[in-house]
Amino acid sequence: MSEKKESSKIIRLAHGAGGVLQEELINFITKDITLKNVNKGIGVEELDDGATIPLENYDKEIVITADGHTVYPLFFPGGNLGTLSICGTVNDLLMMGAKPLALTSTIIIEEGFKFEVLEKIIKSFNEKAKEANIAIIAGDTKIMPSGSLNEIIIATSGIGIKDKEIKIVDNGLKVGDKIIITGTIGDHGTALMASREGLNISTDLESDLNLLLEINESIKSEIKSNYIHAMKDPTRGGIAGALNDWASKSNVSIYLEEEKIPIKKQVNAICDMLGLDPFNIACEGKALLSVDPAQADIVLKKIKSTQIGKEAEIIGEVKAENPKKVLLKTLVGGTRFVDMPLGEPIPRIC
Amino acid sequence: MEIPGSKILRSKQFTDKIISSINKNIKAINKPVKIMHVCGTHEHTISKYGLRSLIPKEIEIISGPGCPVCVCPAADIDKAIELGKRDDVIITTFGDMIRVPATNLSLAELKAKGADVRIVYGPNDAAKIAKDNPNKEIIFFAIGFETTVPLTGYEIKSNPPSNFSVICAHKLIPAALELLMSIDQLSIDGFISPGHVSTIIGIKPYKLFSNAYHVPNVITGFEPNDVLLAILMLLKQIKNKKFETLNEYSRVVKPEGNIVAQRIISEVFESVSSPWRGIGRILDGGLAIKDQYEKYDADKKFDIKIEKSTDIHPGCSCHLIMTGKLSPNECKLFRKICTPLNPVGPCMVSMEGTCSIYYKYYSE
Repeated sequence: MSEKKESSKIIRLAHGAGGVLQEELINFITKDITLKNVNKGIGVEELDDGATIPLENYDKEIVITADGHTVYPLFFPGGNLGTLSICGTVNDLLMMGAKPLALTSTIIIEEGFKFEVLEKIIKSFNEKAKEANIAIIAGDTKIMPSGSLNEIIIATSGIGIKDKEIKIVDNGLKVGDKIIITGTIGDHGTALMASREGLNISTDLESDLNLLLEINESIKSEIKSNYIHAMKDPTRGGIAGALNDWASKSNVSIYLEEEKIPIKKQVNAICDMLGLDPFNIACEGKALLSVDPAQADIVLKKIKSTQIGKEAEIIGEVKAENPKKVLLKTLVGGTRFVDMPLGEPIPRIC
Repeated sequence: MEIPGSKILRSKQFTDKIISSINKNIKAINKPVKIMHVCGTHEHTISKYGLRSLIPKEIEIISGPGCPVCVCPAADIDKAIELGKRDDVIITTFGDMIRVPATNLSLAELKAKGADVRIVYGPNDAAKIAKDNPNKEIIFFAIGFETTVPLTGYEIKSNPPSNFSVICAHKLIPAALELLMSIDQLSIDGFISPGHVSTIIGIKPYKLFSNAYHVPNVITGFEPNDVLLAILMLLKQIKNKKFETLNEYSRVVKPEGNIVAQRIISEVFESVSSPWRGIGRILDGGLAIKDQYEKYDADKKFDIKIEKSTDIHPGCSCHLIMTGKLSPNECKLFRKICTPLNPVGPCMVSMEGTCSIYYKYYSE
């Protein structure tokens, strides 16, 4: 087995798929950092959506996020790399309860990449930034020799501001909290998979790629009153990844009800066909919220009144028993665990 | 785009009715009952919907050798790996095959080291890659039961490019079922047979076994209520001391099966005695490409010999799990050393593998 050990030291695709392997990689990279936070703000150790820098003598703090964006294909039903980069950055800031202010963007391009394709991506990037009312204040470009990179990567850093008192963090879940999802799950990843060459699935399914500004705006007062204990956009790893992350960081369990979880028929059908679990598939325009139970119905109503939150539902509850686990009451009434996804979802054989 | 009938077949009201009938029947039987299924997708349905938490404790459902990825012998994977090391070769296969550990490596590890290994959705994709890459040898690593065999057969029959060939690791289900029924100490009270394999082969092959070995058998589909109905149909037979093969999946499985597919299989392949990983050699348990089509047989084209291969690594219990003698929780490596990230045995790799399913859906 010695050869096996040697080869398991290679970085594999699954190290970037939002599962246990990615956690391992992040720990490997971050374990020896000396200074991990500023002014006791949220730092790298929390592995949250972003970090905070509390401003001394003010009641505000700066929120910073970092994100590398790659997608294949570059243009997919419902978006492209440009729109994805802006939405990803802005949503990460929103999920900390911050007001997005500005971002920096680093664009790394493979030699031979066409100007006309770049133009389309940059146009979408700028338009989406305008829609989000976020400034693009600095950036960098690098060109890599042909073959050393696949097409193009955009890396961004988001900068926002929030009241120090607002605490929306992954370890903030409280027993009794209701879990809300702002709409159907798995649309982005499934649409992407269906549009990949070789599958020949014809579907009108589009990515749910969207800015979550409207959601935050609708529940502004609940955010300010700290009724929202945690927020997360379940991207890579899907809701299974996000909820397991919460359960383990908050040392609680989350009980879900399958029949309450909104899933599009097309997503269910395509996932059934490919042997994939919609719980593990990325969303790009949805948020999960852990909400004070007394406020949950009001929060749900407010989210439902927005354009992008019409299909929001309360899908579960936070409990004390079975800490660090996510459990599901299935459609037919059985109970099972929902595990942390392990790596890149691979379609099965038959 | 909705699966026909899925509303009833996933309806909780219907589930409750079946469960109450199951409860009545097990009371009448008045002893524990052991049921084996031989299909990874059935295990997936059972675990995904939490069916074991719904049925009475007296009913034990165990998984047999139902995952084509799990029963593929290491020697065949080693062969694909050896060929994949060549610069002029592109290895193509189904998604979950590439992570299966063979003697030293998996195809995924070979790919990470720079070999050209590609996931395809069927042999037709592999033939297309062959057409697009005339200077390369494209080898389709063909695995699967009767469900995927016709696809491989059809591609071989349709005059693919000469740089396309097949490592034929296809297996046949009826032979394995017969072997399991003849193992005395297993004492299985009833079998659940796989719906999609039956779509191809029909009902006849099973009828012989249920009669000869006095074991009731139900062919069923993959929705939760399909599986629960199959359990109920088995219990009724056990209660009435009947030993028949019944078809719950009649909306898809026809008694005669798919004649066109059967014809393709018999035209291109012949049944041979074949090694199953974890189980051993099974008479008529696999398929080989007939001489008439030997130019597409990678075995003959490249003459790769694997001297020594290891199916079951030390400590691994996959062979006992696949024959229903152990549950994954009883394996010493399960969850400790053997995880889906670092699978020691084949049952931990495929999402249809019993260990991988247990890992995902059942907690410690």
